[in-house]
Amino acid sequence: MRKLLENARLIDPEAGTDSPGWLLIKDGVIWATGAEGEAAPESDRRINCGGHCLAPGIVDIGVKICEPGERHKESFKSAGQAAAAGGVTTMVTRPDTIPCIDTPETLEFVTRRAVEDSLVHIHPMAALTKGRDGREMVEIGFLLDAGAVGFTDGDTVTTDTKVLTRAMTYAKSLDALVMLHPQDPGLSKGAAVTSGKFASLRGLPAVSPMAERMALDRDMALVEMTGVKYHADQITTARALPALERAKIKGLDVTAGVSIHHLTLNELDVGDYRTFFKIKPPLRSEDDRLALVQAVADGLIDVICSMHTPQDEESKRLPYEEAASGAVGLQTLLPAALRMVHAGAMDLPTLWRALSLNPAKRLGLKTGRMAAGAPADLVVFDPEAPFILDRSKLVSKSKNTPFDGAKMQGRVINTWVAGERVFGDPL
Amino acid sequence: MTFRQKHLLGIEPLHPVEITTILDLAETYVDLNRRAVKHSDVLAGLTQINMFFENSTRTQASFELAGKRLGADVMNMAMQASSIKKGETLIDTALTLNAMNPDLLVVRHPHSGAVDLLAQKVNCAVLNAGDGKHEHPTQALLDALTIRRAKGRLHRLNIAICGDVAHSRVARSNLILLGKMENRVRLVGPPTLVPRQFAEFGCEIYDDMEEGLKDVDVVMMLRLQRERMDGGFIPSEREYYHRYGLDAEKLAFAKDDAIVMHPGPMNRGVEIDGTIADDINRSVIQEQVEMGVAVRMAAMDLLARNLRAETQEGVYV
Repeated sequence: MRKLLENARLIDPEAGTDSPGWLLIKDGVIWATGAEGEAAPESDRRINCGGHCLAPGIVDIGVKICEPGERHKESFKSAGQAAAAGGVTTMVTRPDTIPCIDTPETLEFVTRRAVEDSLVHIHPMAALTKGRDGREMVEIGFLLDAGAVGFTDGDTVTTDTKVLTRAMTYAKSLDALVMLHPQDPGLSKGAAVTSGKFASLRGLPAVSPMAERMALDRDMALVEMTGVKYHADQITTARALPALERAKIKGLDVTAGVSIHHLTLNELDVGDYRTFFKIKPPLRSEDDRLALVQAVADGLIDVICSMHTPQDEESKRLPYEEAASGAVGLQTLLPAALRMVHAGAMDLPTLWRALSLNPAKRLGLKTGRMAAGAPADLVVFDPEAPFILDRSKLVSKSKNTPFDGAKMQGRVINTWVAGERVFGDPL
Repeated sequence: MTFRQKHLLGIEPLHPVEITTILDLAETYVDLNRRAVKHSDVLAGLTQINMFFENSTRTQASFELAGKRLGADVMNMAMQASSIKKGETLIDTALTLNAMNPDLLVVRHPHSGAVDLLAQKVNCAVLNAGDGKHEHPTQALLDALTIRRAKGRLHRLNIAICGDVAHSRVARSNLILLGKMENRVRLVGPPTLVPRQFAEFGCEIYDDMEEGLKDVDVVMMLRLQRERMDGGFIPSEREYYHRYGLDAEKLAFAKDDAIVMHPGPMNRGVEIDGTIADDINRSVIQEQVEMGVAVRMAAMDLLARNLRAETQEGVYV
């Protein structure tokens, strides 16, 4: 069956173009694309996109699905539905579940459950060390065979550099991607906010933004030593950016991500101890935020992710220091990211480079682009449509979004995964 | 008289006029407290619950006495021994107490912001008796009243807050209050205990006692809060006493009529020399305790008036 998506605004992050045209899907892949006016090939079904944007589906690195262990917070089914509703067509899951994903057997559980229940693609990451406790590397080879696309201990930092070096060296030999969380564990211990005037006023335990640069510097030295493929899960401070830039100039195989929350919110949003704004690493200053937006526009930061971390009400309705960290983001990633476009910081193809093309490339996936032959993982959206976010309407089982009541622009109309519509009414 | 607050959660939300209102009313209660019969009925029929999630002797006693002298029914709850040990969350505890219809809730909690959180969930007036490292508003108010009575004014004074500012909610509330009333505030202490970020609040920061105390009108000492420290913030107590402990030699740099304050409890020989603390010409430490009861009476009186105004659809003070 050949489906023609016509009268669309094609956002092509690879070519850097944003122009009217059509796209033909056949056998679940993008068969051809063409500009407006160009004769479209024969098709069985014509779908009018109504002039709305048609872009590759978002590839979100670092999604926490709370299966196994805490299914009441999020399941493969609910996360898949939230992703589809948010234009995310590929979720790259974190291994920090209970128990954590550190054996081929637990990884197989994830893959099986994903296929059974999720509307969108799921590619799991595995832990880098057994039990994520930084003592012994996992079976990287077996896990790769079982489908792991990356290795990470989540937000726990391995302090034993000898263990880390060995894991990196071993990963290098298998060309595996290692994703670390650059945060000095000593300085950041117990911290709930970023140090500064706001933290002092609120009397909350704080971490210096320098903790991120220190850890990134360490990681860059280890990458130089081992040659491993490295991805920093979140770079969130202006001070860490020069270290990242130096590593890239040096030619190290390094990429970096940033969470959407660090690109659109700052520490002052915490206000009177609003725990839904408690994330890890904590929200930064406005200067940091602006530098990060610029770094995404310049391509220094490669990937934007949602860092989707479901938490139930009970773990959030506590005094700030005791409350759990993390925010859900699958469904709000696209409209929140569009804030940067509406603010004039970048255009849509540049944004999509960080949302779909770069993450897919980094993980060696064929999705994330508009080229013929790529999987037809697509999102049709209206970038202008305004709405006020109501967290009770989110599809995720957990509703811990910092954007409750926020004015946003950008509505997902249709989400397509492998050529099939998984979200939205037929156009 | 103006006081438009439902709760007393901190000094930050208060307007200078509201601070003056509390202090003026507190003066009348100082007089009451010095009479033979120390009783008033302004809180008669109201229920006051003291919830202390953190150990306290003096603050709790002060709040209890304040409530009793105003005729309230006062209940103390030792929260450390109660249901939180059984796993109840703060919000559930608050809702449970709220169902008993108290009018005034006095809360102390080891975490910053916990009292704000609790205030969002109850119908009564909440008084913050200290939350983590955030605020301790009645302490700042009693300090202000003490200063005003000793110095005759509460503006254009040079005030040095010395010692463990980092862990002190007393220091935060005080520097906000004294700033609002247009005083010059200095923070004096080792850099590990006096974060430089405080300069952004308009404070001057000194790491040397002699420079920091030069020509000040008020020396406010803070307790070294060893229980809140994880890891070494200072090399030793004796070195701390040598460099930052208030003794006659260091006090000599302040103005001749400078007063010495301490929120208590004191560590004699750590942050303050015993003879200074006991010097009736310089130390107002005992008067601070006395003012504490009066200020808390005033604060609860005002909150109760607003509570009545709200339920009877009247107007705020």
